[in-house]
Amino acid sequence: MTLATNSDWRPTASLDVLKLRAQMLARIRRFFLERDVLEVETPALSAAGATDPHLHSFTAQSALPGRAAVPRYLHTSPEFPMKRLLAAGSGSIYQICKVFRDGEMGRLHNPEFTMLEWYRVGLGYHELMDEVAELVTKALQGQRTLAPIQKLTYREAFMRACGVEPHGATTQELIDIARSRDIAVSGLSPEDRDGWRDLLLTRLVEPQLGNERLTFVYDYPASAAAAARVRTEEPPVAERFELYLDGVELANGFQELADQREQRDRFERDRIARERQGLPTIPIDERLIAALANGLPACSGVALGFDRLVMFAVGATSVGQVMTFPHDRA
Amino acid sequence: MATYSTNEFKSGLKVMLDGDPASIVENEFVKPGKGQAFNRVKIRNLKTGRVIERTFKSGDTIEAADVVDVEMQYLYSDGEFWHFMQPESFEQVQADKPTVGDAAQWLKEQDVCLVTLWNGSPISIEPPHTVVLTIVETDPGVRGDTSGGGGKPAKLETGATVRVPLFVQQGERVKVNTRTGEYVSRA
Repeated sequence: MTLATNSDWRPTASLDVLKLRAQMLARIRRFFLERDVLEVETPALSAAGATDPHLHSFTAQSALPGRAAVPRYLHTSPEFPMKRLLAAGSGSIYQICKVFRDGEMGRLHNPEFTMLEWYRVGLGYHELMDEVAELVTKALQGQRTLAPIQKLTYREAFMRACGVEPHGATTQELIDIARSRDIAVSGLSPEDRDGWRDLLLTRLVEPQLGNERLTFVYDYPASAAAAARVRTEEPPVAERFELYLDGVELANGFQELADQREQRDRFERDRIARERQGLPTIPIDERLIAALANGLPACSGVALGFDRLVMFAVGATSVGQVMTFPHDRA
Repeated sequence: MATYSTNEFKSGLKVMLDGDPASIVENEFVKPGKGQAFNRVKIRNLKTGRVIERTFKSGDTIEAADVVDVEMQYLYSDGEFWHFMQPESFEQVQADKPTVGDAAQWLKEQDVCLVTLWNGSPISIEPPHTVVLTIVETDPGVRGDTSGGGGKPAKLETGATVRVPLFVQQGERVKVNTRTGEYVSRA
């Protein structure tokens, strides 16, 4: 039996921060009301889960009367059921909800955090970037004044920070750059091209992004596509964007993949990667596939870390300062 | 051989780094969206004292180091080795000159020190925060003479030299902060 230490029953965020947090939520709701974007709530528990090998879901054992005990997955994002709504004709929708990612804890990470996720029917991902900039600027009003927004392709961002072309660079070229910049790393296999690219991204590229302004990075390598559509050109490019402020990732957006065969292929590739890494197999969301087969209207979507947005508003150095009770106090 | 995985990393964890015992000073979790997670770590080499930075791929493992900090009583020195004893078990260890380092000038017999042991052998000695030592040599110090700026030098029984106020005399005992080497008060 462990006893809570003396004061850890108290929240880690001050009352002033909690009040600002509530105010920002109200501003966000007003923003979407003005634009006719419908607020929805989708289940946090699902029979299916996130297949991405970099994501680890919390599981829950369900023991309903008359049913066999089955594992259920807490969502890492409301993406799948929201796409089902879009396929059913909901039109543009948004959601503010808790999402759960195991194994992620640190200054900018809490295993349970608040996601603002929205989908815009008929808007391309470039137009969505503009809307994200508008929303963030409105939410930070009175707290931060920002310089004009900056948009860079993933290639441009890498060229500026490391002098390497990220789509075509070989793993050895990436390793050489890490060495030349005195980045000592352990555990990355010399075949793990994506891993080395992510290392350079976090150590060299990201610190240069979002310096007192919103920086959008867009058009990612196809291997980092996630749910984005891939443009078949040379090299193939994923229609994905990320928003950075103060060198920190704030939002992740996509021109959504609507092709159900391609989506199934990606799930399959994830399954193989999980198997190779000895990670548990996650059931595929067949209902999502069925919704895509029915037809997903052309849309773009974005997921934004609301806690981090509050961090920027108050100048917090760790996510615990803007949450009532981070993981260790929950 | 015991190992730790990156998800066990935390400040103070004792690990092996390139063959030397080391202690994790800082551990930062870094994860680009939908990408590979890393642990960006600052590690202090316990033999050299140097702090280096290293990034670990999440899930990577590191060898654990058998390093413990033990409170031990300083017994004596024969010039070659400094001898310490654990009061409860009467177990003794000896540390050589490089291991004792600067701590030698603050060690007084019977004082309790923090000895860091790696595989049972001392690799560093930490004296108590303050120590009381007798001044064996110092000038009388003329009252009103402020030309020296801040007191006068005094040699202590261990051989250490400390700046003391002018009114403090040879033969007196003084309390010294072992971290800064500064005079604290008369004792």
